[in-house]
Amino acid sequence: MIAARGLRARLGRTEALRGVDLRARAGAVTALVGPNGSGKTTLLRRLSGELDGLGVVTLDGAAIAGMRPWELASRRAVLPQATRLAFPFTVIEVVRLGLAAGTEAARGGIAEAALARVGLSGFESRLFQELSGGEAQRVHFARVLAQVWSPVLDGHARWLLLDEPVAALDIAHQLEVIGIARDYAAAGGGVIAVMHDLNLTAMMADQVVLMAEGRVALAGPPGTVIADRPLSAAYGCAVRTGETPPGPFVLPHSCGCG
Amino acid sequence: MSLAATASGGLDDRAVLGRLCCLALGAVLAVVSLASLTFGASGVDLWSVGGAILRGEEGSQRDRIVLLDIRLPRLLMGVLVGAALAVSGAVMQGLFRNPLADPGLVGVSAGAVLGAVTAIVVGSALPVWVIGWTGIYAVPVAAFLGGWASTILLYRVSTRRGRTSVATMLLAGIALGALTGAVSGLMIYAADDGELRELTFWGLGSLAGASWAKLAAAAPAILLALAATPLLARGLDALALGEAAAMHLGQPVQRIKNAAILSVAAATGAAVAVSGGIGFVGIVVPHLLRLMIGPSHRWLLPNAALLGAVFLVGADILSRSVIPPAELPIGIVTAVVGGPVFLWILLRSHGVVDL
Repeated sequence: MIAARGLRARLGRTEALRGVDLRARAGAVTALVGPNGSGKTTLLRRLSGELDGLGVVTLDGAAIAGMRPWELASRRAVLPQATRLAFPFTVIEVVRLGLAAGTEAARGGIAEAALARVGLSGFESRLFQELSGGEAQRVHFARVLAQVWSPVLDGHARWLLLDEPVAALDIAHQLEVIGIARDYAAAGGGVIAVMHDLNLTAMMADQVVLMAEGRVALAGPPGTVIADRPLSAAYGCAVRTGETPPGPFVLPHSCGCG
Repeated sequence: MSLAATASGGLDDRAVLGRLCCLALGAVLAVVSLASLTFGASGVDLWSVGGAILRGEEGSQRDRIVLLDIRLPRLLMGVLVGAALAVSGAVMQGLFRNPLADPGLVGVSAGAVLGAVTAIVVGSALPVWVIGWTGIYAVPVAAFLGGWASTILLYRVSTRRGRTSVATMLLAGIALGALTGAVSGLMIYAADDGELRELTFWGLGSLAGASWAKLAAAAPAILLALAATPLLARGLDALALGEAAAMHLGQPVQRIKNAAILSVAAATGAAVAVSGGIGFVGIVVPHLLRLMIGPSHRWLLPNAALLGAVFLVGADILSRSVIPPAELPIGIVTAVVGGPVFLWILLRSHGVVDL
């Protein structure tokens, strides 16, 4: 369980978070959605321990502020929106950077398995800097997977904190990443993902947290949050949602902004 | 460079390459060291004199002095200074995530040179009783302090609330380098002829002043810094992904940055103190190695120490053999050799090197 109470954060002069409470449980995928600048990424940075501020974040009851970097790294891995890599590392070298913190790293073969999981077997000795944007993002996803490879370790659930994990990907690989996230949660791990695409969110998430202006506007199962009224209010434009067998879908149909 | 395209072959191949490279460079360093001891303006032969010393024979007093008090400390200083400059460059580049970062670039060397120049010019103007007790250590200590002071200043300028901004540090370093360079220039303008000769030494760098005393002054700082760098290897690798990602990977980022800055200041300050401003070693050596064995710091750092030593000892042999019995400042040799090599590397590898 990752829980947050009264989170506030400032980025320069902007108040990015204005008192956020959140509970995300392991074994489920939690999606953070909301318009640009609503505080999704800032919230994820607070949850990962990267950013300081008022309020408390706890991981299975223990405040993360008191944890050592390696201790935190063995419990959660973070995929940022974009990562720039200096120096010509190969793909497998990048994935192995994720093993630094892992207590299971000694077991070997994890980096190769993680690379296979994202469909990039055979890319091991390619230079990272020569990959396409989507391939690079998948390599980083493999690195993050390798860091917390077993969803549960020593009785503790481990966490994937993902900032727009599918943004740079084509639809086939979007579905692949969503499948990996769902499998991770099904195996007992926790997943918190910042999402832009509401249809993919509906497909992926067990719980959706809708953010607006640095606060949680609404949190609950996709059926409740991905609905006409809350979305129209949060995004400031009229949307209509519908139902297909797996869950709701969204069509933005007229922009009522301004 | 072609790597075997087998599954998981990349890193394994490179790790093997890194290990082989260490062994090969160790052998090359041994050969170059022997050459450095053999070659000299005095025509003393290493094999006969060295053999005589080992057998405990008296032999010629002059030959013993040439070998043990001139060539040997000079060789050891070349090895230490070369290793210090190359490893400092590699650590700085890892910290700044930029292959062009170098202690010379961020003003650490310039600060050390300013310290030395100040000691030479101001020192000669001071009464003898002040200078007396500082003796031959005045210039090395001042260079060392200059390097430290500029590193600390740089660090203060670019650190806010416990976080060091690499971009600010790089820019501040360029400004600081320009400033200390200007003050050094002012000092040189004010210098008299005798001081100018000594100042040229500091500007261009030389191993000619090597002695056991200087070696004893520089060795502890350099050896300590070199011993600390293997502990930084993992952290510097993680920093290649940026500070946030390194933190996500469990690295104590601020502590790594502190340790990296301290070891660079110690190694560079000590190296400049005994040999002046020798350029290009810190940029060319790590760059060449990254092309050969990859950027992983676990093998980059020890190989940089070895190749740096080989490069500087080799350059020293050249500097002594071009116009005997006089010698060129070694900084000219490293620049003449290093500059074209650096350009050639850049031309040959564009597309792979992310500048």
